[in-house]
Amino acid sequence: MPLVQEIDYGTPASRSEKTVTLVIDGNEINVPEGTSVMRASMEAGIQVPKLCATDMVDAFGSCRLCLVEIEGRNGTPASCTTPVSPGMVVHTQTERLKQLRKGVMELYISDHPLDCLTCAANGDCELQDMAGAVGLRDVRYGYEGDNHVRARNNGEANARWMPKDESNPYFTYDPSKCIVCSRCVRACEEVQGTFALTIEGRGFDSRVSPGMHEDFVSSECVSCGACVQACPTATLTEKSVIEIGQPEHSVVTTCAYCGVGCSFKAEMRGEELVRMVPWKDGKANRGHSCVKGRFAYGYSTHRDRILNPMIREKITDPWREVTWEEAYQHVASEFRRIQYQYGRDSVGGITSSRCTNEETYLVQKLIRAGFGNNNVDTCARVCHSPTGYGLGQTFGTSAGTQDFDSVEHSDVILVIGANPTDAHPVFGSRMKKRLRQGAKLIVIDPRRIDLVSSPHVKASFHLPLKPGTNVAVVTALAHVIVTEGLYDERFIRERCDWSEFEDWAAFVAEPRHSPEEVEKLSGVPADLIRGAARLYATGGNGAIYYGLGVTEHSQGSTTVMAIANLAMATGNLGRPGVGVNPLRGQNNVQGSCDMGSFPHELPGYRHISDDATRDIFEKLWGVTLNAEPGLRINNMLDAAVEGTFKGLYVQGEDILQSDPDTKHVSAGLAAMECVVVQDLFLNETARYAHVFLPGSTFLEKDGTFTNAERRINRVRKVMTPRNGYADWEVTQNLARTMGLDWNYTHPSEIMDEIAATTPSFALVSYDLLEKMGSVQWPCNEKTPEGSPIMHVNGFVRGKGKFIRTEYVATDEKTGPRFPLLLTTGRILSQYNVGAQTRRTENVVWHDEDRLEIHPHDAENRGIRDGDWVRLSSRSGETTLRALVTDRVAPGVVYTTFHHPDTQANLITTDFSDWATNCPEYKVTAVQVSPSNGPSEWQIEYEDLSRRTRRIAGKLEAAE
Amino acid sequence: MNVHVTGNDVDERTLAIVRALKGLEGPLLPILHEIQAEFGYVPQECLPVIARELNLSRAEVHGVVTFYHDYRDHPAGRHVLKLCRAEACQSMGGDDLAERVKALLGIDFHQTTLDGAVTLEPVYCLGLCSCAPAAMLDGAVHGRLDIDGAKDLIAEARR
Repeated sequence: MPLVQEIDYGTPASRSEKTVTLVIDGNEINVPEGTSVMRASMEAGIQVPKLCATDMVDAFGSCRLCLVEIEGRNGTPASCTTPVSPGMVVHTQTERLKQLRKGVMELYISDHPLDCLTCAANGDCELQDMAGAVGLRDVRYGYEGDNHVRARNNGEANARWMPKDESNPYFTYDPSKCIVCSRCVRACEEVQGTFALTIEGRGFDSRVSPGMHEDFVSSECVSCGACVQACPTATLTEKSVIEIGQPEHSVVTTCAYCGVGCSFKAEMRGEELVRMVPWKDGKANRGHSCVKGRFAYGYSTHRDRILNPMIREKITDPWREVTWEEAYQHVASEFRRIQYQYGRDSVGGITSSRCTNEETYLVQKLIRAGFGNNNVDTCARVCHSPTGYGLGQTFGTSAGTQDFDSVEHSDVILVIGANPTDAHPVFGSRMKKRLRQGAKLIVIDPRRIDLVSSPHVKASFHLPLKPGTNVAVVTALAHVIVTEGLYDERFIRERCDWSEFEDWAAFVAEPRHSPEEVEKLSGVPADLIRGAARLYATGGNGAIYYGLGVTEHSQGSTTVMAIANLAMATGNLGRPGVGVNPLRGQNNVQGSCDMGSFPHELPGYRHISDDATRDIFEKLWGVTLNAEPGLRINNMLDAAVEGTFKGLYVQGEDILQSDPDTKHVSAGLAAMECVVVQDLFLNETARYAHVFLPGSTFLEKDGTFTNAERRINRVRKVMTPRNGYADWEVTQNLARTMGLDWNYTHPSEIMDEIAATTPSFALVSYDLLEKMGSVQWPCNEKTPEGSPIMHVNGFVRGKGKFIRTEYVATDEKTGPRFPLLLTTGRILSQYNVGAQTRRTENVVWHDEDRLEIHPHDAENRGIRDGDWVRLSSRSGETTLRALVTDRVAPGVVYTTFHHPDTQANLITTDFSDWATNCPEYKVTAVQVSPSNGPSEWQIEYEDLSRRTRRIAGKLEAAE
Repeated sequence: MNVHVTGNDVDERTLAIVRALKGLEGPLLPILHEIQAEFGYVPQECLPVIARELNLSRAEVHGVVTFYHDYRDHPAGRHVLKLCRAEACQSMGGDDLAERVKALLGIDFHQTTLDGAVTLEPVYCLGLCSCAPAAMLDGAVHGRLDIDGAKDLIAEARR
């Protein structure tokens, strides 16, 4: 595959439906009204020379290279800032224009280094291209005058010269090569929305400045890479390009970090990845990226990666490297022995939200068809299982209702328990873009997240509720909507069950759900609740986006239903700009749920007890399936502690670090006789493993990921697996060793099986994905091109269902011993348990977990910023350093869970959602006190880590 | 006015100015003017405070401050003398006048005399072309300036 060269049209597309006809260089052209002359030309294949224009940002008109002549108009207008008009006759190449352009280029080049041959952008430099295009042969001004190029002029220091800024780990800023086109500044503002860059000074003094003349890493820069992508010269260049050189081919694939599912071009030199560049045609990201997807792929070649299968008898033994065959044999015979000895239900497995749909499908198939039970679960259990349940109950499908493009039509955006600018940064940028266009924002979050107030974004309402009171607050919003008559009666009568609505309306209208009453338990002033409710109900298209701050509670499912009620009551469903949108945490958490990873569901959310569904799979797989749901993760661990569950196959998930109540998880794992971990690294769970099967990265395999908008995106192999096999091959080989007759030669065949058995995937195939780029399920006879928006003409379940949402306070309560509430979350530069991002340069931004604490609470305890503190709960304790900030309210503390040496989940309790067992990560009563260093558990654990990580014949791997 | 200021104090005084003016349409330039009037220059510590209060990034505020030559990043002398360097004044002997004033003060443009009395700055058109060459001392304009007039102005400033 050659290098994918995307056409740069110079200015963004116009959305007008009216077309205009004009003539450019003798060609008649039809384009939408509002299109620039430059873009119209490019659409006809005529490239007007340009430097400051690129289609990721609005026209600016500063470089004066794209001048054209228009018949009947004076002068030479810039084609980027001139819109087309009917009957216009444009000439892009005339003698006069040639002279002008050459003159402009001479000025540029007179203040630019002439080191093209040794420049990192050689071969990918628009300045170089334009010099060629205008036929620049000499520079009459010479190179001796005032310049920004040389450190010294005639032996004297040149005050205009600035040294290279190499502070960012992934790219360099070389001011001597800058032509001040301000594309980077505009990309940072318009695309990313961070506004970290500016042009300082004026005239010949103008320079690009991060922050207030700071270096990149100390500025507000979030390292999304948009500026690097926008730069037409070598001024902003990826360090990897400087080191390796220009790529020669590229492959379009999907990022393996968060649930946004950005499309990237993996630009390659042979099998070496030179850089990841966001793909403009990617429908989730529309050409944008964040620091993780764009730059943090170094973990794939990190020296910590384990490349050979390993076995050991006891977890205290050193690991012994074995052949793949030996590893498969060992697992097969151990699982057979355990099942013989302890019964068929004594083993199980966990599918991964990090792996592809095909791999997940195979793991659950192995468990159901091979192990002969339904003991399969996935990490969605600990994040969005309440979404599946809540939206399934109310709407009939377990997924978000919109595509990401929908946000461009929203008028009011309600964000509950989500922090998109950190956790879903590319979508966060798209949301911020809409907010800058005037959409209103309501944030319901205990913490003052960046969206509440950041450059050019300000929430109309921030409801800083006490953790654990979501249901009360959302029901109070409904109370206002119902009692003030702000609901959409026509929508409800048409789409929902009116009597159910009446029942629900009577429930929420009860005085105990009024904002004034709810204020007493949530701490949110009643007038804020009333204001927010009125704005959401009457402000136009209202869209709700929510995250784990909603689901990871003892009443997670109830909150999801309360949110669904809110959207139905206000008619905010079934069209662009509205909807209920869970922001999914991991790249394929939607997919792993779709693929039947839950113990009670076969692929496509069909209950295991449904005979017709089971029949489809029984016939195809040639086995009899158990009609009873199997064990959930926590039940497996409970059973292990009790001694009835002995073998576990974990693919690509680190349950020890990510699941709540670490001590309980480790006790469960320690009680098992055969724990098989398939992963890239010796993760925390692997400390309790007996077999380690090396995993492969997303760069090393084919498959598909399904993102938060139900979009099935292709993952394409760009390099040979360093461990030898893609994960689906490993699962297949293991299954074959266990006697199953599996013969998939390519993941596309697995997808064909999924399509054949699962109605919502009926028409999905690799050919279709090749043709359409991506598709959003349901994709079947009714919607052959997929479904960007769901419930358009009615709900999937028939009538939308209103469900009463009674607030029940969590059992986790503060008291004299544990007076503060801990809530957890994540940060932009790190991802989940950090196994990947900690093995990249992203640690520059976040090298440890910190405890955010309000100055008032800190002062009471004699804690200063940066002090070591002990964080303790009923479950356990850990130590970390404090960060004193008023982002959190008094009484609330917050931390991230990216670093295993902090182990925030030692603190979290085993309380969980009533419906789905999703753990209550977001509320733990804690105490914080000054400390001198690591807790006893941390020291013990460090010791255990060292002992359980030894590999025979190898030096100890240093973390 | 050249006043010594400390960190916390800057924050508080900046905040007072910003809060008083942020209701204006396009409040940034008036705020910066007021800051310069308050401190004699625009201390860099003010910028993040202004940015936060106006929902801007500190880069944006920095971009605006550095765009306008009138905003200083360090304190000026007790008086500021601006000599017009634009075309009309040049044609009426402004260049020669500028050289003589520099010699008189013993400083170049953008510098301050050792006694801290006068800062000399060029300015590009005071709108007094009919009375060229023109100058401005602390906001008061003076037309048809010759070297004697300049001496008087400087003497006044040094008093």
